[in-house]
Amino acid sequence: MGDYVRQLPHQGSHDMARRPSVVSRVHIDIPLLLLLLLLTFYGLVVLYSASGQSMAAVTRQGTYFALGYVVMLLAAQISLQRYARLAPWLYVLGLTALVAVVFVGVGAKGAQRWLEIGGFRFQPSEILKLVVPLVVAWFLAGRTLPPGLFSIGGSLVLLGLPAMLIVIQPDLGTSLLIAASGLFVLFMAGLRWRIIMLALALAAASAWPAWMYGLKDYQKQRILTMFDPDSDKLGAGWNIIQSKTAIGSGGWQGKGWLQSTQSRLDFLPESHTDFIIAVLAEEHGLQGIILLMGIYLLILLRGFWIGVHAQTNFGRMVAGSLTLTFFVYIFVNMGMVAGLLPVVGVPLPLVSAGGTSLITLLAGFGILMAISTESRNGAV
Amino acid sequence: MSQQQKQPLSLLRFYLVVAVLCVLLALLVWRILSLQILDLERGYTFLQNQGDMRSVRTAEIPAYRGVILDRRGEPLALSTPVVSIWANPQLLKHSDRLAELAEALGIELSLLQDKLARYDSKQFMYLLRHQVPDHARDILDKRIKGVFGEREYRRFYPAGEVAAQLVGFTNVDGQGIAGLELTYNDWLKGTLGKKKYIKDLHGEVVRDIGVLEPAMPGKDLVLSIDLRLQYLQHRELQRAVSALDAASGTVVTLDSHTGEVLAMVNYPVYNPNGSKSGSPGSRRNRAMTDVYEPGSTMKSLTMVAALESGRYTPETMIDTSPGRIRVGPKVYPDPRNYGLISMTRVLQKSSQVGVTKIALDLGHEPVWDVFNRFGIGKAPGTGFPGESAGTLPNRARWYATEKVSLAFGYGISATPLQLASAYSVFANEGKRLPVSLLALEGETPEGKRIIAQETAAQLLGMLHAVTGEHGTARKARVLGYKVGGKTGTVHKVGPEGYEKHKYVALFAGIAPIDNPRFVTVVVINDPKGEVYGGGAVAAPVFSEIMSGTLRILGVPPSNIGSISEAGKSAAEGAT
Repeated sequence: MGDYVRQLPHQGSHDMARRPSVVSRVHIDIPLLLLLLLLTFYGLVVLYSASGQSMAAVTRQGTYFALGYVVMLLAAQISLQRYARLAPWLYVLGLTALVAVVFVGVGAKGAQRWLEIGGFRFQPSEILKLVVPLVVAWFLAGRTLPPGLFSIGGSLVLLGLPAMLIVIQPDLGTSLLIAASGLFVLFMAGLRWRIIMLALALAAASAWPAWMYGLKDYQKQRILTMFDPDSDKLGAGWNIIQSKTAIGSGGWQGKGWLQSTQSRLDFLPESHTDFIIAVLAEEHGLQGIILLMGIYLLILLRGFWIGVHAQTNFGRMVAGSLTLTFFVYIFVNMGMVAGLLPVVGVPLPLVSAGGTSLITLLAGFGILMAISTESRNGAV
Repeated sequence: MSQQQKQPLSLLRFYLVVAVLCVLLALLVWRILSLQILDLERGYTFLQNQGDMRSVRTAEIPAYRGVILDRRGEPLALSTPVVSIWANPQLLKHSDRLAELAEALGIELSLLQDKLARYDSKQFMYLLRHQVPDHARDILDKRIKGVFGEREYRRFYPAGEVAAQLVGFTNVDGQGIAGLELTYNDWLKGTLGKKKYIKDLHGEVVRDIGVLEPAMPGKDLVLSIDLRLQYLQHRELQRAVSALDAASGTVVTLDSHTGEVLAMVNYPVYNPNGSKSGSPGSRRNRAMTDVYEPGSTMKSLTMVAALESGRYTPETMIDTSPGRIRVGPKVYPDPRNYGLISMTRVLQKSSQVGVTKIALDLGHEPVWDVFNRFGIGKAPGTGFPGESAGTLPNRARWYATEKVSLAFGYGISATPLQLASAYSVFANEGKRLPVSLLALEGETPEGKRIIAQETAAQLLGMLHAVTGEHGTARKARVLGYKVGGKTGTVHKVGPEGYEKHKYVALFAGIAPIDNPRFVTVVVINDPKGEVYGGGAVAAPVFSEIMSGTLRILGVPPSNIGSISEAGKSAAEGAT
């Protein structure tokens, strides 16, 4: 009912003098859209080179983008109240799908992550990247803030269940991302500092047991390799050495578009997916990196701006969490390629080749736009 | 929205998050900055080098090896471009096209698989070397992953076995490892070029960046050899060695006016274009590496010592009765009692008694001195690998027998080339020239006079007499020309001293004697049969060879009269 009212101002009598523009009617946040399109274009240019001048790869990625923008526009049309109402149902649906993956999922490379329905493959964990912040925000929005112990406990259960189901696929990276997106909601909800400190202390204390008993050998190896890639040059250290070499070779100016040797001569693995920024760094140099970082920073700032101006706590928490998750993507990917973080399979958002994550991300930006729409309308 | 705007969230969190986020992004940028711009220990210089090290390679451009030619421009050794097929086993071993490859290479699949297994841990192995470019292209055009082509040159020897030991050969990598190919390797080989190219992870050449240094082709080498004479000598020597069932043979021909070697052949031979798997003996250039006791061929040098003493002329009479002479414990016999004969006759008959008497009269020092001046015991200095100097011992104390045997060429050794070089002094008015294996093209070095012109002329007359009516070398005569020369027959030296029934037959000759120029030495090693003497075995070979040589070189006949006499010559043993 409430969402109905929300729709009304357009036809209502609040301000008949200012005719609602087409843009506001389709619920689009213009600055965000422009930044995303700029990033998309830049990403496709780099991808063309990173994929070995494969027009097919660019076309495929472009198709994903087109699909992603459609999804984004659709997601922007749904009102926040409806998101809040749908959140628990989507959550139950997502959990069911994750359970289904455990039993009837299909996999590749030793991991079982996909569901196949009618010849169409999808990864339920992707949907949960959006659903978990929504559901935690929905849960907290209905309670007193800052969250009390019960609220915290409930939130942890809500984000813990899918995280666990994804860990057993196994997909530690995605699981951590999803857990983080829920924790970000808690944080934005005003989680008390003493609880945050306590949690951090607990995390630090559990680091040693986790290392000893929790992590698998290949995971430990990746962490060790990060500190000393030269210890296993041809094995675990290969990627990181090659990518650092690529970045360093770029210098300020870069070698020029299509001129990178590291990726074009196949030294750099995954050059068009997770390690695409190394190609960018080699070909466009530091200036290319700064351009990319600038676009990312503006997108992040716009995301937070939307969060700050959100009219509801639900919108505020969701916007903060989605933006932070986007940041985590950027930071983890670039940190990994630059040898700051262990190698985990996180793509560079909106630049790396790959359809699913791209559509999820753009859907998230659709939700951000919905929040933006709400705040604009609320302000009127 | 029922619970809306209960208590608005603190915006502080947002600002805090933005701040932290900016710090983290700054950290990232710093990290990348330090890799790309700041020149730290492992900064961008290091990393750029690393990048280049991965992909930029330099490769050698093979240089064209110089041609070896005879004095008239006939090729003796030349290089043709070929392509060698090689493989990177790491790429090839997983190929599913091995059967196709094996068929193209013309080998069994199992052999290819064995080889791959042997080179399992390697990055390089040859599949097929030195292929005709067309054939190689057929294989390479199949574009089997891991199979590559490399341009090389292959050496061909058009004269084959005829000049094999002199010219030598190169190894499969184009480096001279024998003969003149080795001596003049640096001259012939040229300078490898260098080019830079970019390769990818799999070793495939992506593109050439450019030539750093162009390959400099090697220089050509023109030998003093006349291939026509070489063929002739080869044919005649092969015939003689086969007919006499000898162990080996050598013929050398020198142009005494220039010191150039016009022909130098040995037998047995090997085929330098083949597998070169012949016996080591067939590869040796015996004319320069093997030493023999020159024996009676040295008596002409002893004659020089006698003439130089002033006490002898070619006409000086010497009493050789009773046909034998005792020196210390040894008795040197002549075949029969020649009685009172002239110096010329002593040489003509190769009389042991006559030479012994002269030697006893002269003492050994003048004889040794002449041998030394004629280059016995000194390497000719051609730079040929394994060139031998021979021996001319300079003893502190000489036994009486040693003093005498020196005079007829025992107890010393020389190569056939040294012997030819010594005889060329007679043909060059008493001047000695350095031996040259390369064409001098008119730039003849100033020779060194080592005997008087008159002495040389006297010796020519005496040597001509040796081929005359009563000489030991009547079979050396050449129809239409006057020739001269000296025979030699020595016992072969075995592990236990002189072997009783094994001989080396020698002949050193000059032609034409009235306009002396060409010197030919023939050595027949261990002829098996009734005849073994220099006059019977080596002299006829000289005759055949010199006859052809003079005809090929267009020397006008001088002695028309002798043509009718020639048929009458009869065989007789000699020493």
